[in-house]
Amino acid sequence: MSNYRIQGATGEWEVVIGLEVHAQITSNAKLFSGASTRFGNEPNANVSLVDAAMPGMLPVLNRECVRQAVRTGMAIDAQINKWSRFDRKNYFYADLPQGYQISQLYHPIVGEGSLLIDADEKAGIPEPKTIGVERIHIEQDAGKLMHDQHPTRSYVDLNRCGVALMEIVSRPDMSSPAEAGAYIRKLRSILRYVGSCDGNMEEGSMRADVNVSVRRAGEELGTRTETKNVNSVRFVMQAIEYEAGRQVDVLEAGGKIVQETRLFDPDKAVTRSMRSKEDAHDYRYFPDPDLLPLELEDSFLVDCRASLPELPDAKRARYRDALGISAYAADVITADVETARWFETLLAAGAEAKAGANWLTSELFGALNRLGRTISDCPVSPVQAAQLLALVADGTLSGSLAKQVFEIMLESGEDPAKIVDERGMKQTSDTGAIEAVIAGILAANADKVEQYKGGKEALFGFFVGQTMKAMAGKANPKVVNDLLKKALEA
Amino acid sequence: MSVDSATVRKIASLARIAVSDAEAEALAPELSKILGLVEQLSEVDTTGIAPLAAVVPNHLRLRDDVVTDGDIRDKILKNAPQAEHGFFAVPKVIE
Amino acid sequence: MTELTNLTVAGIRDGFRNGDFTAREVAEGFIGQVEGARALNAFIIETPDHAIAAAEAADRGRAVGEFGALSGVPMGIKDLFCTEGYQTTAASHILEGFVPTYESTVTAKLFGAGAGMLGKLNMDQFAMGSSNETSAFGNVISPWRRNNGDGAALAPGGSSGGSSAAIAARLCPAATGTDTGGSIRQPAAFTGISGIKPTYGRCSRWGIVAFASSLDQAGPMARDVRDCAILLEVMTGFDPRDSTSLDLPVPNWQAALSGDLKGKRIGIPKEYRVDGMPPEIEALWQQGIAWMKDAGAEIVDVSLPHTKYALPAYYIIAPAEASSNLARYDGVRYGQRELPDGAGLQDMYAATRAAGFGDEVKRRIMIGTYVLSAGYYDAYYTQAQKVRALIARDFEQAWTKCDMLLTPTAPSAAFGLGEKQADPIAMYLNDVFTVPASLAGLPAMSVPAGLDSQGLPLGLQIIGKPLDEQGVLDAGLAIEERAGFTARAGKWW
Repeated sequence: MSNYRIQGATGEWEVVIGLEVHAQITSNAKLFSGASTRFGNEPNANVSLVDAAMPGMLPVLNRECVRQAVRTGMAIDAQINKWSRFDRKNYFYADLPQGYQISQLYHPIVGEGSLLIDADEKAGIPEPKTIGVERIHIEQDAGKLMHDQHPTRSYVDLNRCGVALMEIVSRPDMSSPAEAGAYIRKLRSILRYVGSCDGNMEEGSMRADVNVSVRRAGEELGTRTETKNVNSVRFVMQAIEYEAGRQVDVLEAGGKIVQETRLFDPDKAVTRSMRSKEDAHDYRYFPDPDLLPLELEDSFLVDCRASLPELPDAKRARYRDALGISAYAADVITADVETARWFETLLAAGAEAKAGANWLTSELFGALNRLGRTISDCPVSPVQAAQLLALVADGTLSGSLAKQVFEIMLESGEDPAKIVDERGMKQTSDTGAIEAVIAGILAANADKVEQYKGGKEALFGFFVGQTMKAMAGKANPKVVNDLLKKALEA
Repeated sequence: MSVDSATVRKIASLARIAVSDAEAEALAPELSKILGLVEQLSEVDTTGIAPLAAVVPNHLRLRDDVVTDGDIRDKILKNAPQAEHGFFAVPKVIE
Repeated sequence: MTELTNLTVAGIRDGFRNGDFTAREVAEGFIGQVEGARALNAFIIETPDHAIAAAEAADRGRAVGEFGALSGVPMGIKDLFCTEGYQTTAASHILEGFVPTYESTVTAKLFGAGAGMLGKLNMDQFAMGSSNETSAFGNVISPWRRNNGDGAALAPGGSSGGSSAAIAARLCPAATGTDTGGSIRQPAAFTGISGIKPTYGRCSRWGIVAFASSLDQAGPMARDVRDCAILLEVMTGFDPRDSTSLDLPVPNWQAALSGDLKGKRIGIPKEYRVDGMPPEIEALWQQGIAWMKDAGAEIVDVSLPHTKYALPAYYIIAPAEASSNLARYDGVRYGQRELPDGAGLQDMYAATRAAGFGDEVKRRIMIGTYVLSAGYYDAYYTQAQKVRALIARDFEQAWTKCDMLLTPTAPSAAFGLGEKQADPIAMYLNDVFTVPASLAGLPAMSVPAGLDSQGLPLGLQIIGKPLDEQGVLDAGLAIEERAGFTARAGKWW
């Protein structure tokens, strides 16, 4: 149980949060038409006659969208409904050409499931917590209205209209903004592992309707409000924080919470009422007579399950228990599927697990941060990285040389062996060469040799530094140490 | 069930059909009569009967996930009462 | 060229193949008929260019020995079918000026088989009506008149009233119709022609303006049963663009057509004897039974106990689906837009739809909106779908005793225009015999069987098991062979 409480003027309040996440299903074509789902095309280019709701046009369901919803359900251990059906949600708006959205109210494809959010002491989540998922259903996205291109007109672009969405409805099991944030991050991670949604909140691939109510500890649920279309984890957390505080203020002032739809204003981090859309909340749902019930065959379900990848929780446990990777590194690497994939390619290319994990979480992440890149557009491939780590492991490169080589790899994209070869960056253990350099340095610093021999042993570091410098960092540090000691004690 | 003109106005508003008060007055008895006809159904015992889901035995076919359509903006906009810059235009919506 | 316009589809097809005449001659003959019959108001637009182009293509094809199943046959197309490049309105002002950029599957199949289009046929607005009085383009007037010389304008039936009137008046040898609750069969009966609604799912609904999706089926209307079979073979077939389309091969109905009903059991449902049915209809029904026996069939009495609930169920389900199907007519992407000064988006919708839809369409949209609205959904819609399941079950039980059902098509002959307009319920009751088969998705056809004492045609309906169009057509042919219906409307237009 979260210990998050709102301190009101009259005492403490608990917050109850449920999330309805709309996740765009990854598919080439739309849910009920053959138009493309590509983002960023010319207005109304990705529109078929079906999407524009021309007279006499009919929907035909895309198998891939069904498959992805089922796989997502399986990934959260949910009940898969072998018999489901599409309903029409009727309302009038310019982004909804049919005058109804095809959705699933009465018989969703996925039933009860759950996911686990991780403990995060600092965020006030002392231990892992199971969040219930009530259902997942498939529905159509709407088009887009542009309001700022003409003084008296709005413009309608139907490119998004009919793109497949999963609506993932949680139970009201979250009790702090941090838990809600953790839920969305975990859900996003699972969706990306499954491959059913790219989780790209900036492009609108994932957005959340946030249901918030407050109550005094132990009391009945309060009246909730729904803040629509919040499109980042941070905004979800801000919206909850603001909305919970607002509700407490209203209640403590003797007011009542109105069950209503609200909008989040990211600039001011506040929610505000959308009463303009409140007038007709009667959607007149009924089964879409253009479609038959969706009946899933066992073979289809078997294929869906067989195609599920190892999911983040299982992967993290395996990294820790079987590969011996630190808990921190296992968390970081498994949090996102792209990182985990990159890491596993690194291992497949021969890197040792612990060294690989450490290098990835420190060197690679550091570099990506600096460059403002993500792992998916990392200029160095995992195979190249494995080659680099192999050069360290076999003594060809020292730690500092490896860093230099990595920098060059980031810039040039070249293989590490080539860089080492062409630039002569190989670490040397050639005792003859090193002895010659040492002899020269000791001769040039006879006074310091005297002092060292007189007991000022701290000067040893000075001799190491001079030697390495003279050898341009390529000398094997251990060999330098050994030879220096020998020479000074001679 | 008989509907009054206030209900008619509410339904008309849901259906986005503008009606004058006189029209609403005239529609109320007409709709009430039709509802009277359909209300006979309440006398049928339908205990244990599932609503008809498919008219003729058939199963829902699924389409392959292939882009086969789109890129027909001219056709999409051809009949539009008002189209500008590749968009449909409507009176400004204040959200 | 009048003799050409008296030919049936089969007659035109065969004569054209034999070289008795050119397709162009046929097309020109019918175009002349259409132009000469504007008083009937059967067409919303005439499309002689289409008919001529198809005829020229047919003539060119014949020169190299290529024939389609309908080469040389011009047709009328109900204005509910979207036709590429030709205005399609569903007889509603709201779609006035709408020119589809696509061709409905059914018309594409017909044109692909060589048929040409003489024009878009008038109809009840959005197929809602049984008399063709709800069209925004004026009433269609039946070519038939009572024999009492009163000269009263009669209804051609509806909603496919332009189709029925045009065929009966020999303006076209055949036409497409659509049937949601009887819209092919009832007008066929009113005008002395044949029409069949196939099993739900046989004809693709793609490109047909939707009225009530779970009921709408296209079908042919023609002068006789054989023509219906010929056209049905072209119009039906699997269409992956319609999720409710049946993925089944199209039988060769025409070749198998036979009026011999030996071994067939014909059911007579007792519930179709309704109060107030004219004795002439009852007599015609008895005559039909006698013809069936004569054709070798065995007659059995059956019961369809939920028949009286078919009409109420229909008047929930059809308006509910329509209220949603017609939501797309909003003045944004096509059709008429009504934009009062200073109107916002939602005001524009309400004004557009108020100005664009006719009264009957508005009534049904409102009924549909009401029965789906919060608090009423289960009592109305869910209950109606349960009753619909019971009605379907009645038929299934009947099929254990018989192969087909014989009933009158309509409870009356054609009525006068305006006679029933004041009372929507009286109008709805006209579909009492046709609606049950629609609710159950069954194939059903009307064939002309005789004239009443006023000299107006009456039809008999055959309802078949799912997918048994062959049985329905065969029984229709058996009636046709025995009825010897040759009456036609005297030309007054």
